[in-house]
Amino acid sequence: MTAAAAPLVEVRGLAMHFPVSEGIVLARKVGEVKAVDGIDFAISRGETLGLVGESGCGKTTTGRCILRLEQPTAGQILYDGRDVSHLQGNDLVSLRRRMQVVFQDPYSSLNPRMKVGDIIAEPIRVHGIEPDARRRRARVDELLSVCGLDPKFVDRYPHEMSGGQRQRVGIARALALEPEFIVCDEAVSALDVSIQAQVVNLLEDLRERFKLTYLFIAHDLSVVRHLCHRVAVMYLGRIVEMAPSDELFDNPLHPYTQALLSAVPVPDPRVEASRQFRPPRGEVPSPINPPSGCVFHPRCPMAVDNCKEARPALRELRPGHWVACSEVH
Amino acid sequence: MPPLLEVRGLHTEFRTGAGLVRAVDGVSYTVEAGETVAVVGESGSGKSVGALSILGLIADPPGRITAGEILFDGRDLRRLSAAEMREVRGRDIGMVFQEPMTSLNPVLTIGRQIIETLERHQGADRASGEKRALELLEMVGIGDGRRRLKQYPHQLSGGMRQRVMIAVALACNPKLIIADEPTTALDVTIQAQILELMKSLTRRLGVAQIIITHNLGVVARYASRVNVMYAGRIVEAGSAEAIYHAPRHPYTMALLRSVPRLDQPRRARLDPVDGQPPDLTRLDAGCAFRPRCRFATERCAEGRPALEAASEPGHVVACFRSAELLEAREAAE
Repeated sequence: MTAAAAPLVEVRGLAMHFPVSEGIVLARKVGEVKAVDGIDFAISRGETLGLVGESGCGKTTTGRCILRLEQPTAGQILYDGRDVSHLQGNDLVSLRRRMQVVFQDPYSSLNPRMKVGDIIAEPIRVHGIEPDARRRRARVDELLSVCGLDPKFVDRYPHEMSGGQRQRVGIARALALEPEFIVCDEAVSALDVSIQAQVVNLLEDLRERFKLTYLFIAHDLSVVRHLCHRVAVMYLGRIVEMAPSDELFDNPLHPYTQALLSAVPVPDPRVEASRQFRPPRGEVPSPINPPSGCVFHPRCPMAVDNCKEARPALRELRPGHWVACSEVH
Repeated sequence: MPPLLEVRGLHTEFRTGAGLVRAVDGVSYTVEAGETVAVVGESGSGKSVGALSILGLIADPPGRITAGEILFDGRDLRRLSAAEMREVRGRDIGMVFQEPMTSLNPVLTIGRQIIETLERHQGADRASGEKRALELLEMVGIGDGRRRLKQYPHQLSGGMRQRVMIAVALACNPKLIIADEPTTALDVTIQAQILELMKSLTRRLGVAQIIITHNLGVVARYASRVNVMYAGRIVEAGSAEAIYHAPRHPYTMALLRSVPRLDQPRRARLDPVDGQPPDLTRLDAGCAFRPRCRFATERCAEGRPALEAASEPGHVVACFRSAELLEAREAAE
């Protein structure tokens, strides 16, 4: 990954505010959920960027905005150097051939009434890439075997498969259009431990083989550490820290990242017995009326008066290591 | 002194459209007073069904306990009537389930649900029930108790609801708490808060715990002993130290190798357990892990291995080749 390479995906000042309304007949807006509140990052070609944080931090909404499944309130999304935030019609359709998504739940993201072969062939058919049915079938067989599934699965229904096999079908469908960029939204979170590692390896194999770029959205920090080149930590709609993976996990600087990492138990009783562990106090506040200044200040052990006033900007404190906290240097 | 809980030869079956499922297939273990035992395993390993069997909560049909004894505090719970079992549940054995939203009643206030437990099991009146409910809320770290007692479950966050579940579970000073994936639905910082709370309360009050989880990190942080389950059986059991640092069953070894660890640097390739999870309707007579096992031989197809003592006291393993594999490993080192 050279720093000079132009990013494939870049977001600038991205914000997504959802209106909160009251009343059914005469609905009126009473507030906003600031799901994403002004974030910037870039993903290089071939890179896996991890986006982590707890429920409601805005990581999924960020992915949906990039995929243009949501129309962001503010900010720009640049894809391959071009502003795609307002694309419409055919331009949007051709953009969507280049970016795909793999969802968390292979139970609900695959149509239970469609056979696996039809599920994978659908995007190829819809985008009119391979009108010939026989060649389409051959392509489906190829995609199945690329994802480690026997081509005999084409005639199965999703409920006849295990969770890991279903997730492979979801990945095969995402690959059908030969995309460059895939948003993996909790793509391995619902899988059993022994199967999760298989799918993590598959994603890594596919990235190398097809020169893919991933935005890997997840709450499981251990998986993120192993799969991602760089990681961004979100809290209440903002990025609080971003760094290369090993740097972030070995040397977290933001007090929220530190609290988050200390909360994750390591599967080793000796390590656990020796670890200093203080769970962060309190719970994540509502994104409807987020705290002023730094959104983490009510829970932060390092907070000073100024943290209630000024929103800290992301600063590069070490090479490639960005932190939004005025108290770390 | 006999153990607080002793499960002997437990078998629980389900009749399903796809065939008979032996969800728990001959499970035996003990829990001593005041200790924390973890039951780990993946989906379908029988860890939850085993716990529901102890609690007498298996719906019949489709499920049925077909054999075994569940000796709790000197009594066989399988011989109790439904009414006697209701007394045991909630009074002697507290329960904490994964999803507090579905295990709390959405149309009753928090106060009603805690006080009902106290009225039912301890004959508390309204005033003493409310006083004890306030104490319990404070104990589980919920401030502003008087207001909280009047609230409904949907008005609380997931972490708060799980604290309420713990308050209900502890209300009648139980001897044992069974927690089935108590923090799986929660964010990691809230998970840590809840587990720390359960640990400090059970230690302080001397309550034994069975924690059922798939999270090997949670087990390492909180359990003193571990039962590893696969396809309805315990395949290995022992102290947490033995299971994590001297595992003897190929499944345990493979599982520990496959888990990514937060304290280890990026290695893009993980070391997964090969193959697919077992289909419980199609198990044959052999070892259920055999199709995924790197060390399987013809012998492994001949029968399911029984649990046998490993080197350390209390450490048991169900593998025909475990002695041989240990020798090979020691020779290699």
